Amino acid sequence: MTHPVTLTVNGVAYPLEVEARALLVHVLRDTLNLTGTHVGCDTSQCGACTVLIEGHAVKSCTVLAVQADGLPITTIEGLAPADQLHPLQTAFWEKHGLQCGFCTPGIIMMATELLSTKPDPSEAEIRHALEGNLCRCTGYQNVVAAIQAAGATLRGRRQQDRPAEAAESRSAVEHAAPAGV
Amino acid sequence: MATTLFGSGIKRREDPRLITGAATYTDDVKLPGLTFAAILRSPYAHAKLARIDVSAARKAPGVLAVYTGADIKDRVVPVPCAWNPPNCDLKTPPHPLLAYDTVRYVGDGVALVVAGTRAQARDALDLIEVDYDPLPAGVDPEAMTKPGAPQVHADVPNNIGFKWIVAGGDADRAFAEASVTVKLRIVQQRLAPTAMEPRAAVASYNKGTGQLTLWCTSQNPHIHRFLCSVILKLPEHRVRVIAPEVGGGFGSKIPVYADEALVGLASMDLGRPVKWTEDRSENYKATIHGRDHVEYVEMCGTREGQITGLRTTVYAGLGAYASTAGPGIPTILHGLIYSGPYVIPNIHGTVYGVYTSTTPVDAYRGAGRPEATYLLERLIDLYARDIGMDPVTIRRKNFIPKDKFPYTVATGLTYDSGNYEGALDKALSLFDLKQFREDQAEGRKRGRYLGVGIVSFVEICGSGPSQVTGSVGFGGGQYDSAIVRVFPTGTVRVYIGGKPHGQGEETTFAQIVADEFGIPIENVEIVAGDTETTPQGWGTYGSRTTAVCGSAVKLAAQRVKEKAKKIAAHLMEANEADLEWKDNQFAVRGSPGSGKAFAEVALMANVAWNMPAGVEPGLEAVAFFDPTNFVYPFGTHICTVEVNADTGELKILRYVCVDDCGPHINPLIVEGQIHGGVIQGLGEALQEIVVYDGDGQLVTGTMMDYAVPKASQMPHIESSYTVTPSPVNPLGVKGIGEAGTIPSAAALVSAVCNALEPLGVRHIDKPLTPARVWAAIQNAKGGAS
Repeated sequence: MTHPVTLTVNGVAYPLEVEARALLVHVLRDTLNLTGTHVGCDTSQCGACTVLIEGHAVKSCTVLAVQADGLPITTIEGLAPADQLHPLQTAFWEKHGLQCGFCTPGIIMMATELLSTKPDPSEAEIRHALEGNLCRCTGYQNVVAAIQAAGATLRGRRQQDRPAEAAESRSAVEHAAPAGV
Repeated sequence: MATTLFGSGIKRREDPRLITGAATYTDDVKLPGLTFAAILRSPYAHAKLARIDVSAARKAPGVLAVYTGADIKDRVVPVPCAWNPPNCDLKTPPHPLLAYDTVRYVGDGVALVVAGTRAQARDALDLIEVDYDPLPAGVDPEAMTKPGAPQVHADVPNNIGFKWIVAGGDADRAFAEASVTVKLRIVQQRLAPTAMEPRAAVASYNKGTGQLTLWCTSQNPHIHRFLCSVILKLPEHRVRVIAPEVGGGFGSKIPVYADEALVGLASMDLGRPVKWTEDRSENYKATIHGRDHVEYVEMCGTREGQITGLRTTVYAGLGAYASTAGPGIPTILHGLIYSGPYVIPNIHGTVYGVYTSTTPVDAYRGAGRPEATYLLERLIDLYARDIGMDPVTIRRKNFIPKDKFPYTVATGLTYDSGNYEGALDKALSLFDLKQFREDQAEGRKRGRYLGVGIVSFVEICGSGPSQVTGSVGFGGGQYDSAIVRVFPTGTVRVYIGGKPHGQGEETTFAQIVADEFGIPIENVEIVAGDTETTPQGWGTYGSRTTAVCGSAVKLAAQRVKEKAKKIAAHLMEANEADLEWKDNQFAVRGSPGSGKAFAEVALMANVAWNMPAGVEPGLEAVAFFDPTNFVYPFGTHICTVEVNADTGELKILRYVCVDDCGPHINPLIVEGQIHGGVIQGLGEALQEIVVYDGDGQLVTGTMMDYAVPKASQMPHIESSYTVTPSPVNPLGVKGIGEAGTIPSAAALVSAVCNALEPLGVRHIDKPLTPARVWAAIQNAKGGAS
């Protein structure tokens, strides 16, 4: 038996029929062909499947597709407008924050939420935020550096956009709107 | 030649697809008519298969086929073991693709289901009824050799799959005459490689052409083609293996597994593509493990700190079956490097390869060399402690001097080049040992336990001369290969025999080629992983790809350039001998501005309107590079810790390392390899362990139980380098993929044992969980050590 849902992914609404037991990650990957979101474990440890739901980083292996009905979802494919890179993507590239790349989309999605709530996180805060994202290649050092660099870029942009509010914005809590939504 | 890119830390060219989600890993491959496979795996470590009933599964919704071991055993060849070290009487009992008589480990395949969807395949597994008659099982490689231990294979007495000996000098005499001897029993625990991407395979058989295409998570697609053609009894030229994006391997994607061949067989029967992807819990049972040694080791020497001998007896677990490279790891890649960076004139090692009721053991990052470094460095620390010598002094005293290379050690290896004291000196210039000792002494007065571990190491990698690898029983060659193909517009594709899976050779190899031709790196593309387009190669493992395959790239590019020079001379109506390569073009010596750039020559070579006499059209070359020796990277790593003696918890304070892998093609990538390698070694020292209970049940069967290091647990790594080129390849490079892992576990354990020296602790087996550290402190307090 299937259930009708509408998944709004990267700004596009997809009316779908899904099994009640279908996990969001499998629908994203198998039905919508958004294979940038990966599956690295079956116990919600690795974080390779992390996406944004309403701007919050969520492990899509731990959400049923029916639970995401009607909610805006952002995957790595929709993080930046076509042919552009999000500052996090740029920073991971520049800082060599990835090797095999399998965990990277999930880490970038997690870091998107982190920087939206904590624009200037310390190294310890970043390492703590990575608690639910495992990387076996990089030793995390360049992942931390990439997130710090992206944070600086985003803060700079914000300052440019709103010079008068710059002083307060450092502590402001703000959700990055998922691209295209 | 104007070198512009070699040595430059440019951004990786593979990254844009990886950071945007556009990369294609094996599980991302979708084909028309795709079906899905799932494998029923044994819940018992050892049992007779009394009865298996698949009738209900065959009738389940969406099910297209169900196979048992009995169904397929006469259609396929058992999974081969490809490394048969000489003079050790290796016994390799047949390894069926699916068990048909006896299951021998938790995770052993029992049945395969193919269905229309993943869920249907998984649902049908639950409908298969199996009656198991449990048999005695055993998991400890030492205990399994004792009389009366459970027998994994009836025809392997005492489970001893091989007994291998390495010997040089006269170790027994050295020990008899020595004034100092130190001994240890060391357990080097079993580890799970845990590449973030689980294994997967997609097979597609074309009944019209008789060709099987197999996408799979492989570090070495040509080895997969070779062995899958053997298993499936298919002509090798009708098997195409494609390893697309591979999400980490660390050795676990070297072996050819039953699973990959099984989906091939199913696709041949069904005439439809079949996909199988393991989940993580399946990965921990069905993908190879690493290490698993029980070791009795001893070192002897003089009161003045001169090492005179090393003796070992090692029980190395093979698991239930000999995996592809399994027997070569604790022998060739372990025992031969026992001398480390030191002059040790007398060495004797005995290694027993032992079958146990567990997942097969094969290569995990470092593969044999971390184990060798660990036992050697633990012993040398204790030796220094017993004679009251500083750990730095004793290492200096025993290093192979830098002017003695190439140097042949007692085990017979000839090290290519080295400057071990140079790396140690540099490490000590970055780490103030004197200050640390003062802080340590001060801390001890107040019950604060600080410790430092200093580890020097050398490793063997970059395999290797094919003749040598053949002589040590490896069933393939170890040269590697590249085709450099130049298109009419002067852009270049390079097809390589290696298969990078995170190491960045799409970037570093393009740097080599762009430099050679004086063209923008954007005009060079490195292609790997598809046996249809790439020349015969042997894959990416053992830190060999840059040294061996990279050298093939260099040689092929040089061959292209030699031909291009002839064509350029012809076009310029000049003598070839008068041409030089200057400012990225061929020019007549002494006539600046007269030149022909590479792209101009490429066009003429490809359209061939005006070629020199006797020169064929086209501009491409293939090279197969077989090195004259292995390469021997080395370094010194220093780790400091603080141990809470009340709870056994420890904190890593600093990690300083100096590595020497020869010149760096891309320093950014070298650094990344060190970071990842060090963290894997620290994970091994701190918390990683595969645990079986006494009945062979896998206790650490999920990612909740197997403790992959997290960011918050790991230190910032302070890395630095010395540069000692290797004379055995045209790039002068040594491997760096495993160098971080090889000394780091030893460095951390050494630091903890140093911290707890005042409490009488001599050695603690890794992983150093708080419980183990605390227990060691209590034992030492009780008088035992």
